[in-house]
Amino acid sequence: MSLKMPAPDQHVIARRAEIAAALRAIVPGEGVIEDPDGLRPYESDGLTAYRQPPLLVVLPETTQQVSRILAWCHAEGVKVVPRGSGTSLSGGALPLADAVLLGLGKFKRVIDIDYEDRIAIVQPGVTNLAITQAVEDRGFYYAPDPSSQIACSIGGNVAENSGGVHCLKYGLTTNNVLGVELVLMDGEIVRLGGRQLDPAGLDLLGVVVGSEGLLGVVTEVTVRILPKPQTARALLIGFSTVEGAGQCVADVIAEGIIPAGMEMMDKPAIHAAEAFVQVGYPLDVEALLIVELDGPAAECDHLIGEVEHIANENGAVSCRISQDEGERMAFWAGRKAAFPAVGRLAPDYYCMDGTIPRRRLPEVLQRMRVLSKHYGLGVANVFHAGDGNLHPLILYDANKEGELDRAEAFGNDILRLCVEVGGVLTGEHGVGVEKRDLMPEMYSEIDLAHQQRVKCAFDPDLLLNPGKVFPTLHRCAELGRMHVHHGQLPFPDLPRF
Amino acid sequence: MSNNLMPRSEADLCDAIAQAIGDGERLAITGGATKSDIGRHVENARCLDMRGFSGIVDYDPAELVLTVGAGTPLSEVEALVASREQKLPFAPFDYGPVFGRPAGASTIGGVVAAGIAGSQRVSQGSARDHLLGFRAVSGRGETFIAGAKVVKNVTGYDLSKLVSGSWGRLVALTEVTLKVLPRPRLSVTKAMEGLADADAIRLMSRALGSQADVSAAAHIPGQVQGGASLTLLKVEGFGPSVTARCAMLDALFSDVGDLRQLEGDVADHLWSELRTLRPLAGDAPLWRINVAPREGAAIVAAIEPLGAKWMLDWGGGLIWAAVDGDPAIIRDAAARVGGHAMLVRGSTDLRDRIAAFHPAAPAVAALETRVRRAFDPNGVFETGRF
Repeated sequence: MSLKMPAPDQHVIARRAEIAAALRAIVPGEGVIEDPDGLRPYESDGLTAYRQPPLLVVLPETTQQVSRILAWCHAEGVKVVPRGSGTSLSGGALPLADAVLLGLGKFKRVIDIDYEDRIAIVQPGVTNLAITQAVEDRGFYYAPDPSSQIACSIGGNVAENSGGVHCLKYGLTTNNVLGVELVLMDGEIVRLGGRQLDPAGLDLLGVVVGSEGLLGVVTEVTVRILPKPQTARALLIGFSTVEGAGQCVADVIAEGIIPAGMEMMDKPAIHAAEAFVQVGYPLDVEALLIVELDGPAAECDHLIGEVEHIANENGAVSCRISQDEGERMAFWAGRKAAFPAVGRLAPDYYCMDGTIPRRRLPEVLQRMRVLSKHYGLGVANVFHAGDGNLHPLILYDANKEGELDRAEAFGNDILRLCVEVGGVLTGEHGVGVEKRDLMPEMYSEIDLAHQQRVKCAFDPDLLLNPGKVFPTLHRCAELGRMHVHHGQLPFPDLPRF
Repeated sequence: MSNNLMPRSEADLCDAIAQAIGDGERLAITGGATKSDIGRHVENARCLDMRGFSGIVDYDPAELVLTVGAGTPLSEVEALVASREQKLPFAPFDYGPVFGRPAGASTIGGVVAAGIAGSQRVSQGSARDHLLGFRAVSGRGETFIAGAKVVKNVTGYDLSKLVSGSWGRLVALTEVTLKVLPRPRLSVTKAMEGLADADAIRLMSRALGSQADVSAAAHIPGQVQGGASLTLLKVEGFGPSVTARCAMLDALFSDVGDLRQLEGDVADHLWSELRTLRPLAGDAPLWRINVAPREGAAIVAAIEPLGAKWMLDWGGGLIWAAVDGDPAIIRDAAARVGGHAMLVRGSTDLRDRIAAFHPAAPAVAALETRVRRAFDPNGVFETGRF
């Protein structure tokens, strides 16, 4: 537990009963949770190594209530942490001891579906999968499909700009959201975007998506829905070297093919997955590729042949082509179970999320093996190969003294390596708490200040989800006049957490 | 004001901006100046010409990533990616011909700053969707970077979105990193003749909502076409796929009429008309109206009595209209259905009176102003143009 959160404000904690009463005046009855047992389910999100019960939980049901809660907290200087389903892997919804946790779980309504304009308007607590379920009988679906889609909420997807295995072809959340209703920290309700493409002025919607709950609270989302492709078929291709698999991926794209999904697993991940689900993954290969094509049957058939040819040119040692939907699902079963499968290899695992230029993959995997030896911890890799998004899973045992710290140090080294080869700290899980202190690996103080001033434009008192994303706490007035010369940080006496 | 500035390094650009702040001078950022007749006529600003930041920085086709100087001509960028069988997916276009100027002056930075997207916007997104990262100098006179040079990244705020379509009011872009995609092997355009406007929009909606994966859908009315109206559907991809998807469309619309496949040069010509807006050339004010596609017909009904000449793109969601009517009527028609109308072309007098951008709700306008001040606290880029 190397990451520190801002020191809680004891004056706010002392006012707990008063704050609860004020919130109850806005959200009556069971919408305000105070007792320790009731708070416990909210003390962590998907980054379970970090836990902190919130000051209070409030569960509003209307935009007006959200607006009044935020306006009151704003006036009283009380911090607020928004939360969707709590599946964030980066601690984006980690509570603070002196902050109200604002849960959007009661915003569960699908407001409107318009098949003619191909949009769905939903409340933020609707799960990602529920959007698809609401439109699938008419042959539509919502394209971004994070692995947690059964549980994660669309509001959380907007906050995190979530991806999924299909995002190389269909884009991230940001490419599939047309509008939001957003409540600012001062309670002001604004609508950004709408049913049409393109904003009238600045693309504020674009910066809200992926802002990790720091800019406002989303209370309504308009998404694009797409017609479901006629067919989908997949290839399961084994390679004796990672280089061969990597070259195959590059050649597929060079051939002009953008597969619906292109996933790679390394040997430890293949073995863990096969032991878990027994779907017939080859065990004598160093790398396994799943390539999925979707579209009209004629297109799939044509491209399956092309990809098979490219795979053979790159020394594939095995190649299976799905003959029916059952077989396609079996190919995916191992990949989709990779996390729990790896979870059986050790009591705990830590999932990383860097992106690298794909051509650097063999080198990155090699250096990861060296790091694995250095830290004495195993690692298995699953990889969204099409877009270079790497998910190393570090194996450790939290009950062994020092292993969690070692796992975190190993993970940080992996992310530094990603940045060193021209990549980034996070491809889809977000910065949150987890990667907050690594931000200077990628961005200079000046770069970060340009981002933080956007925060100031939305929330000048820094009350919304503080302690996330940015490594250094700068008051907005200081950012306004900050200049950095020759790498010397201004305000060396400010707390850095 | 004379004496254009044309910095060739970020250090010079920082100095120029710092100097302007010190002198209380405003800077009008330009590239190829193809869009300089959009917005109010600006007099009291010095021109900051960004064409010194030209050239290819890095291009790795297999990674689908291209990094170029922001002042690089769009034509040069397009030629480069075409040489590797790739494309800029958002089908950017050159505004020059829209204002009666020759094509070819547009820069990639100008395209990004104006958030341009062509007819493929409905399927492939806009400049915002493909700007992965950038280098820039803000109105503070500081160089900074945002985003990255990989196709998937959520590290920090997505400032690329904010900068796309910011029209030079936040930063001076020096370098942009774009996602590129393979160029389709085959492009076929199917057309239906003689549809009424509302029927055309319904047809485009059905096509875009079908498994035929239509990449662009537009409607050119009879008044512009000089005869029967034409509703266009573009299908792109690998040969066998295009054939199959065209057959899907034929079957889907067999109850509506004959869906004809256009000759390649005829199709190219029609799509280029939608890009250059040649049929709407002239002196009449030109509006760009964004609405939900289903509202396209209502907009047409509102502006036709004013004598509008118009074309529909993006399945009905984008209306280009040349119309000399009361701007309030046009903006009201768009606003009533939740959309907005931008004044693209107009006399100097009209542009002095009528803001180019559709006015935002007060709370959104205030937020926009705060965001602009975050990047440009002194308003050095606030020339009064918008």
